[in-house]
Amino acid sequence: MDLFTFIILAILLVGSAMAVVLHPSPVYSALSLVVMMSLLAVYFLFLNAHVVGALQIIVYAGAVMVLFLFVIMLLNLQTESRENQQSEMKTSATILCLVMVAELAFFLGKGGGKLELQTSQQELPAGFGTMQALSERLFTDFVLPFEITSVLLLVAAVGAVVLARRQA
Amino acid sequence: MVPTHYHLILSALLFTIGAMGVLLRRNTIIIFMSVELMLNAVNLSFVALAQHWGSMDGQLIVFFVMAVAAAEAAVGLAIILMVFRTKETVNADELNFMRG
Amino acid sequence: MDPTTLLIDAVLVIFMFALVMQIAPLLLWIERKGSAVLQDRVGANRVSISDIPLFKGKLKKLPFNVGIVNTLIADPIKLFTKEDFIPPGADKLLHTLAPIVALVPALVTMMVIPFGDILIIGGREIELQAARLNVGILYVLAMVSLGVYGVVLAGWASNNRWALLGGIRASAQMISYEIAMGLALIGVVLTYGTLDLQEINRAQGGLILGGLPNWGIFYQPLAFLIFLTAGIAESKRAPFDLPEAEPELISGYFTEYSGAKQSIFMLVDFLESLIVAALITTLFFGGWQVPLLERDGLHFPWGGFMPLPHIVVVIIQVHAFIIKVLFFCWLQIMIRWTLPRFRYDQLMTLGWKILLPLALVNVMLTALVLLIAQNLKI
Repeated sequence: MDLFTFIILAILLVGSAMAVVLHPSPVYSALSLVVMMSLLAVYFLFLNAHVVGALQIIVYAGAVMVLFLFVIMLLNLQTESRENQQSEMKTSATILCLVMVAELAFFLGKGGGKLELQTSQQELPAGFGTMQALSERLFTDFVLPFEITSVLLLVAAVGAVVLARRQA
Repeated sequence: MVPTHYHLILSALLFTIGAMGVLLRRNTIIIFMSVELMLNAVNLSFVALAQHWGSMDGQLIVFFVMAVAAAEAAVGLAIILMVFRTKETVNADELNFMRG
Repeated sequence: MDPTTLLIDAVLVIFMFALVMQIAPLLLWIERKGSAVLQDRVGANRVSISDIPLFKGKLKKLPFNVGIVNTLIADPIKLFTKEDFIPPGADKLLHTLAPIVALVPALVTMMVIPFGDILIIGGREIELQAARLNVGILYVLAMVSLGVYGVVLAGWASNNRWALLGGIRASAQMISYEIAMGLALIGVVLTYGTLDLQEINRAQGGLILGGLPNWGIFYQPLAFLIFLTAGIAESKRAPFDLPEAEPELISGYFTEYSGAKQSIFMLVDFLESLIVAALITTLFFGGWQVPLLERDGLHFPWGGFMPLPHIVVVIIQVHAFIIKVLFFCWLQIMIRWTLPRFRYDQLMTLGWKILLPLALVNVMLTALVLLIAQNLKI
């Protein structure tokens, strides 16, 4: 990924993230989040994470956000008025968040000294980020989390169906 | 090749925007979406570090985070629907059942 | 980037785009005439400009079919000159954006389908595939998932409760059948061991059991049936077209669209059935592979060999691909006009209770057979 691509993607990502948080209409907020997730998928492709990028679109942009949009449309949420939209702790929240981002940027950047993340340490192994490499790790070292995640998804699906059913 | 700390700073920025969304907005669904935004920011930093150290473990963790986030989104939205049925609102300030 | 590489990629993309945009109106004509043949009628065969009927009284003497003029020329002119109407109270941006959001994933999916083997021009080997991805199947699934947004936005942005209902039903149907599609494809991926569509296509060359072409359908028949059904449901064609059924919901999610936007939605309908047909050809029927034809000529099973120039081989293979794709599009059109429409609960039952378990059983059986085959060889 070269600097030019990074700058363009970063501006678009931050722009759509701000639109998610600040736009008064929930539908436009959700659509901005879809845009942000698709941009993130493109970002992942540039970072040699091919499978994760495709999965980002399949799972997040294609399923989770459709669910969000369904709920917003079923509840028929309209554009909100100014008073309803923002909480009372506007100033303190903004100050806290500015402090947080400054602190994180300092420590993740050059200020920490211990992390030394300025340059990439080594060449990437061949086939990095492809399905073969991912599944090799997934089914050998990570097989227990994999199985537990399957059970978790089953539990979540059953739970969602039970919760959303009309009490007969 | 962009230095890795650029990716991490971008991830921190997105995470903070998500945190701002959780604190500032009162619509429960938008709060939920801001949480998803924070999860995506964390995914970004995992993938960037996976590329930095040449290890697939970072991408695997992203895989699991996606699965768990999908499960959480399903259950959370079901809860919001249920709450809407009783209280007719999704404004977090008005959802104060246990008081009064 | 090398300008020659860019030029070659641009030419491949333009070729695929042109192919797709030519086949879609052709499919519309095949649909009108094919349905006419099935229903024992003639179909559209008259066209007139402002009450002056063309070819009046000469219909029986014309050697060619006037219906094609109707479909390919008159209908597009009519659709594009209709008034573009945004209903009052509707969200203007989303109403205009929805057809585009529906069109882009459908067009982009076609770019990963390989339409030929390599083409050697001046010592340079060009793979005849517009986008050479090593995660081709995942990409296709991703674009199919994104196709839901066009429908959902169209339903919402119309400010019409029947359009919204049609939109929600259509998207619920699409996401239900996406799962069965994905699981059916897992069987194919297990058999060929790769996600790259061109590699899967190449692996289907040659003959097995003395005579049968080595196509995917002989390895994965159940996956083919599941994928065909799920694909037809995904593109919302009959018998799964409840979301756009006329007696039920007028036009469902695109009720409030007229003119060019409506034609984009109809184009997307045909594009999706074209995508399903192209995927079925690539994964189950050998794609551009012609039995007995290798890169340098015809190899007969009794040992004979007929060398053919490279360009002839490429042309035969591309034509074979197009013929197979058109066959499956025709098959979908025939299915549409033969079967009655499903009721919504029958549709959901089929997707969740029948196709999903069958696809899972297919994956398990394939894995079992592959394990046994690997162990027997060792």
